[in-house]
Amino acid sequence: MDDVFGIPFPALAGQLTLGLINGAFYAMLSLGLTVIFGMLRLINFTHGAQFTLGAFGVWMAMQYLKVPYWGALVLVPLVVAALGIVAERTLLRRVYQMDELFQLLLTFGMALIIEGLLSVVYGSSGLPYDNPIPGGIDLGFMFLPYYRAWIIVASLTACLATWLLIERTTLGAYLRAATERPELVRTFGINVPRMITLTYGFGVALAALAGVLAAPMDQVKPAMGSGLIITVFAVVVIGGMGSILGSVVIGFALGLLEALTKVYYPPASSMVIFIIMTAVILFKPTGLFGRPA
Amino acid sequence: MTIAMNKVATNDAASATGQSNGARPRDTLLFIAVLALLALAPLAIYPIFLTKLLCFALFAMAFNLLVGQAGLLSFGHAMFFGGSAYVTAYALKVWALPTEIAILLATAFAAVAGLLVGLVSIRRHGIYFAMITLALAQMFFFLCVGLPATGGDDGITAIPRRALFSVIPIADDKVLYYVVLTCFFACFLLVYRIMHSPFGQVLRAIRDNEARAVSLGYQVDRYKLLAFVLSATLSGLAGSLKVLVFRLATLTDVAWNTSGEVILMALVGGIGTVVGPLLGAAFILTLQSWLQGLAQWMPVVQGLVFVVAVLVFPRGIAGTFGNPRLWWLRRRRTLSGSSEAQQNARGSGASATSPAATSEVVSRART
Repeated sequence: MDDVFGIPFPALAGQLTLGLINGAFYAMLSLGLTVIFGMLRLINFTHGAQFTLGAFGVWMAMQYLKVPYWGALVLVPLVVAALGIVAERTLLRRVYQMDELFQLLLTFGMALIIEGLLSVVYGSSGLPYDNPIPGGIDLGFMFLPYYRAWIIVASLTACLATWLLIERTTLGAYLRAATERPELVRTFGINVPRMITLTYGFGVALAALAGVLAAPMDQVKPAMGSGLIITVFAVVVIGGMGSILGSVVIGFALGLLEALTKVYYPPASSMVIFIIMTAVILFKPTGLFGRPA
Repeated sequence: MTIAMNKVATNDAASATGQSNGARPRDTLLFIAVLALLALAPLAIYPIFLTKLLCFALFAMAFNLLVGQAGLLSFGHAMFFGGSAYVTAYALKVWALPTEIAILLATAFAAVAGLLVGLVSIRRHGIYFAMITLALAQMFFFLCVGLPATGGDDGITAIPRRALFSVIPIADDKVLYYVVLTCFFACFLLVYRIMHSPFGQVLRAIRDNEARAVSLGYQVDRYKLLAFVLSATLSGLAGSLKVLVFRLATLTDVAWNTSGEVILMALVGGIGTVVGPLLGAAFILTLQSWLQGLAQWMPVVQGLVFVVAVLVFPRGIAGTFGNPRLWWLRRRRTLSGSSEAQQNARGSGASATSPAATSEVVSRART
C-alpha cells in the first residue's frame, strides 16, 4: 500500500474521515451560532449544552420511551428547540436591552445549569448508545463504517437545508430583512419578535441534531458540549459570522486540518485550531468570511 | 457642544458616579473599616479559608479592573491565574527558589502572557473578545495538559512553604494570612488609584464610546493593552499566592470553569465597583463551603446565581447599595432588534447613552 509522507494511506484516510466528522459537528454548531447571532445579535453560550441535551435526549428516548434512533432524530431536536424557545421567551427576552456581555453571561449561566443537572442525575462518566447502523463498507483503500458516512451526509443535508431555507424561501427573505431593518419589516405587518423566537429555536434545533448524531459515535457525557463549544467559538472567530456558506466550509476545513495534524504531529492536534485563530486575528481581524464590523 | 456644557456634564458625571479624581474621605473610611475587619477576621474564621478568600478577591479585583473600567469581558483569565500557579509551584519545588523570587517570577510570567494574549485579543471587540480570550485560554489549558512540567492530571503537589525573605515564617497559616492581606491591600489601593487616575478615565471613555476616544487622539489600543496587562499581572499574583495557601497547582486552576468562577465573583459583587470583588468572592466561597457535601450541585447553583444576578441584580451587591454607573444597562436596541438606530446615534455623536465619560475626557483634553 502507498504511503503519503510516511503515513500508510488507509490510516490517513481513516483519520481524514474522523476529521470530516469533527468538521461536520463544527459546521453544524457554528452554523447554529451564526443563524442565532444574525437575528438576535447574541452569542449563544448555551449552544454546547443544547448539543449535550440532544445527545442525552436520544439516549433518554431509547431508555425510557423505547423510541428508536430514527424517531428520536426528528423528535429530540424539536423537544430541545421547544425548551430553547421557552428559555428565549422567559429569560433571553429580558436582556436584549442590556450590554451584549450580559447576554453572554446569562447564556453561560444557563449552560452551567443544564450541564450541572445532567451530571447530578447521570454522573460524569459516559453512557453508551448503540450504533443504529452497524457494519460498513470496504472501499478498497479503507473500511468506512456506515454510521460515519451517515453523519457526514446528514450534516451536509442539514447545512444545505438551512441555506435553502434562509436564502431561497419567503420566510428566509423576511428573516434576512428583519436582520437588516427590524422596524421597517414590522411596519409591513411581520411579527419580528416571533421571528426572533423561531430563529433561536431553529439554531437550538441544529445544535440538538448535532448532539443526536454524535451520541452513537462516543459515549454520552454531560461535559461533551462544553469542550466542543470552545473549539466552535474559535471556528466562528476564524470564519467570521457573516455567511452561512462560510461557517460550513470553514467548519469542514478545520476538521480536516485537525485530522491531518493528528497524523503528522499529534501533540499539536488539540491546539491547531486555536493557533490558526490567532494567525487569522493578526492578519485579518474580521475573520475569513466576516464583514467589517 | 461648548466647553461650558462639557464642564457641566463633567460635574454631573463626577457627582452621579463618584468617579472623580483622587480619593474621597468616605472611601478612606470605608477602606480603614475593610482593613480592620480583615485584620481581625482570623479571630473568628479559619485562616486558610480567609487566605483563599483574599486570593480569589484579588483575582476578581484584577478581572473587575478590566471589565469594569475598559468594558473588556475576558473569558480566559484562568490562564494567568493558573499559569502563574504552575510557575510558582515549579520554581519553589523543582528549582527550590526563595519564595519571594518565585512569586516575582510568576507575576512576571503573567505580565508577559498578558501582553501576548492582549496583543491578539484586543483586536476584536465585545463578544469576539470574549470568545478569543476563551479560546486562547483553552489552548493554554491543552498546553498544560501536554507539558510534562505541570504533572498532568496530578498537578504539582507538596510545595514547600519556605520563609519569606528568609525570615517571615509563612509555614504558619496565620502569618501567611497577614502576608497575603498585606499584598491584597496594596493591590486594592493600587487598583483604586488606577480607577481614579486620568488613565482610568480614558479607559472608561473608550468603554463608553471608543470612536469618540479615537477621534480625540487617544491611542485606544495602547490603553486597552495596558489595562489587559495590569489585569493579567494581578491575576497572576493571585494565582501565585494561592499556591502558597494550598501548596498545590493543578489543571483546575487553568480550566475554563475557573475563568467562569471569577466572572461570577465580579458579577455578584458588582462590576465596576471598588469593594464588589471582595464581597463577590466572599459570597461564592461561602456558598462553596456550605455546599461542600453536595459538590456535584455546585455548577447548578453557580448557573442559577449567574442567571439571577444578570436578570435581577445586574449591579451586584456593592452596586445595589452604592450607585455605580450602569454602562451595561444602557439601551442597546429596541426589542425588534434595531442596532441601526444605535449605530447612527453612536456615529453622529448624539448618543444619549452615556456622554458623561467622554465629556470628562473632552474637558480634560481642553484644560
